[in-house]
Amino acid sequence: MSSIRILNLSKVYDDSTHAVKQINLNIDDGEFIVLVGPSGCGKSTLLRMIAGLETISDGELYIGDRLVNNLEPAERDIAMVFQNYALYPHMTVYKNMAYGLKNRGFSASEIEERVQKTAKMLEIEQFLTRKPKALSGGQRQRVAMGRALVREPAAFLLDEPLSNLDAKLRVQMRVEIKQLQKRLKTTSLYVTHDQLEAMTLGDRLVVLNQGQVEQVGAPLEVYNRPETLFVAGFIGSPSMNLIDIDHLDKSINAHALSSLPKGTDILGIRPDCLSSSQPNEPSIQLECNMTLFEPSGAESHLYMSLKDQQQILIMRVESLKQEFSEPYFKVYAKIKDIHPFNKLSGKRTD
Amino acid sequence: MQTKKLTFRNAWLPYLLLAPQVIITAIFFLWPAGQALYQSLLRQDAFGFNTTFVGLDNFTRLFQDDLYVNALQVTLIFSVGTTLLSMSVALLLAVLVNRMLRSRDTYTTFLVWPYAIAPAIAGILWWFIFNPSIGILPYFLEMLGISWNHRSNGNQAMLLVIIAAAWKQISYNFLFFLAGLQSIPHSLIEAAAIDGANKFKRFWTIVFPLLSPITFFLMVVNVVYAMFDTFGVIHATTEGGPAQATNILVYKVYRDGFVSMNLGSSAAQSVILMAIVVLLTVLQFKYIERRVNY
Ligand SMILES: Nc1ncnc2c1ncn2[C@@H]1O[C@H](COP(=O)(O)OP(=O)(O)OP(=O)(O)O)[C@@H](O)[C@H]1O
Ligand SMILES: [Mg+2]
Repeated sequence: MSSIRILNLSKVYDDSTHAVKQINLNIDDGEFIVLVGPSGCGKSTLLRMIAGLETISDGELYIGDRLVNNLEPAERDIAMVFQNYALYPHMTVYKNMAYGLKNRGFSASEIEERVQKTAKMLEIEQFLTRKPKALSGGQRQRVAMGRALVREPAAFLLDEPLSNLDAKLRVQMRVEIKQLQKRLKTTSLYVTHDQLEAMTLGDRLVVLNQGQVEQVGAPLEVYNRPETLFVAGFIGSPSMNLIDIDHLDKSINAHALSSLPKGTDILGIRPDCLSSSQPNEPSIQLECNMTLFEPSGAESHLYMSLKDQQQILIMRVESLKQEFSEPYFKVYAKIKDIHPFNKLSGKRTD
Repeated sequence: MQTKKLTFRNAWLPYLLLAPQVIITAIFFLWPAGQALYQSLLRQDAFGFNTTFVGLDNFTRLFQDDLYVNALQVTLIFSVGTTLLSMSVALLLAVLVNRMLRSRDTYTTFLVWPYAIAPAIAGILWWFIFNPSIGILPYFLEMLGISWNHRSNGNQAMLLVIIAAAWKQISYNFLFFLAGLQSIPHSLIEAAAIDGANKFKRFWTIVFPLLSPITFFLMVVNVVYAMFDTFGVIHATTEGGPAQATNILVYKVYRDGFVSMNLGSSAAQSVILMAIVVLLTVLQFKYIERRVNY
């Protein structure tokens, strides 16, 4: 177990793609960090640089107290779980798990003991003699986890480890991974673009965009107070409504708008902060027209367009109400629920 | 798997479409094979006037014949040598080329060229290179204190034919190995690197085992090639000499049949060759069906 320190880390690929730009991040010993961001933002690249599978173009990387920039993957004492699991197809599960220990010169008895212990923990004992081909997707995933765990490395790197599983299994594994990490307290870096995984798994969330860190913080902190327009739009599902202030009725909302911080020209409102009944505290008012109602059991979403505008807003509702079928109906958002942003800087204004 | 059933409106069309292949197979394979089988049971007298039915006598005589047993040994050494040489060099080249990113296709193109050259021409090429009086290699070997004369030294002659036969096959093997290497997911190699295996170990514990289906396939193809398809190479370089040192089975069939005109024995030899081909083919299909290893 150890901390990971990332200082001004950059990656420029041979074709001059600037995949990671000057990233700084301190990961404490035992911390569970989740990396999220849109496709192509450099999550895998960052992870692979830490693993030693990609060279570091610039910056410094410390695992524990060691500068590992020029160390081989094997020397960095990390374990990685790949998206496609990367199990050795010609070896049994046992051999898959034992391979890394064997290469590191562990004795046969110690290998046996560790593999058995890990297999028991992950409930894959009965598969030890099988080849990966004869396992289901979920079982393979467990074996991949087992292969990483058995080495008891300084840190785990996981690149979308659950994305090949079906929804139900994904939830189950997510919970298990979280419990496992809590128990073992191994420093972990977990890449995902699943909203739920991002929100629930980690101690801290790192939001990446175009190779740069947008925001770092506890998941709820990031959710409740997105620092940039990008984070506001990216975190949360369905995503936050970002309304241009010019699209509002200035006369009705004059008072409410005047209470917003200076420089605000985008209002961020979560779908569950919109309501069709007027609250008795300062709020803004929007005139909308329903475009689509999407019931999904637990909660339903109403898609609507702002009067005279193209933009589609999303509101969380309990049920389809009579008033939504009128040409225009009013929805309200409390001032305190509004995330104010500046369009030009992309930053929060309060 | 459900196969798609195709119906032709004209009942004769499917037969017509198959006809060319069937006719060619019949004329150039089935008929001569049948002839050989028939001939192998006959014996002609020295002047070719008299043909008698002798049953399996041609076969029993063959296995009592020191020259034939020698040819069997020579063939074994030759085909094992050719297969090992061509496959190991091809694998080495494939591994090297596979590591290149940009120049990979260029190298591949060049390495495939030898395959387009007829065996006899390749033979002549090696004949010149190794020619004891005018060749370039004996000249250099002389400087190292090695005297090269494959016309008198049987081992050197064997080495020469092995090199000449393997040379061309390298291209073929190379292509298969390269394709095989490219089909191995890169993440496996990366996982092994993280698991603490160095380059050498990664190759022998991950890459090589994963190539085993291809290796086996190529092994059979190369043995078949060395045993049956190398007539041109032998003919152009050593003609089976010196003193039978490179007289492999196929070449002996030709020599006994068309030079010595001993048709019965030659036919029996070719029947044995046919049996070996059938055996190798069956072996290959059996093995491929089992999908080797994983
Ligand atoms: N080997 C490479 N050579 C050149 N460019 C690359 C290479 N690998 C990745 N890139 C580029 O670097 C950028 C970041 O890629 P990366 O794989 O890190 O994205 P990601 O965040 O993991 O995306 P995803 O969520 O789709 O996996 C992309 O623009 C990608 O095209
Ligand atoms: Mg990725």
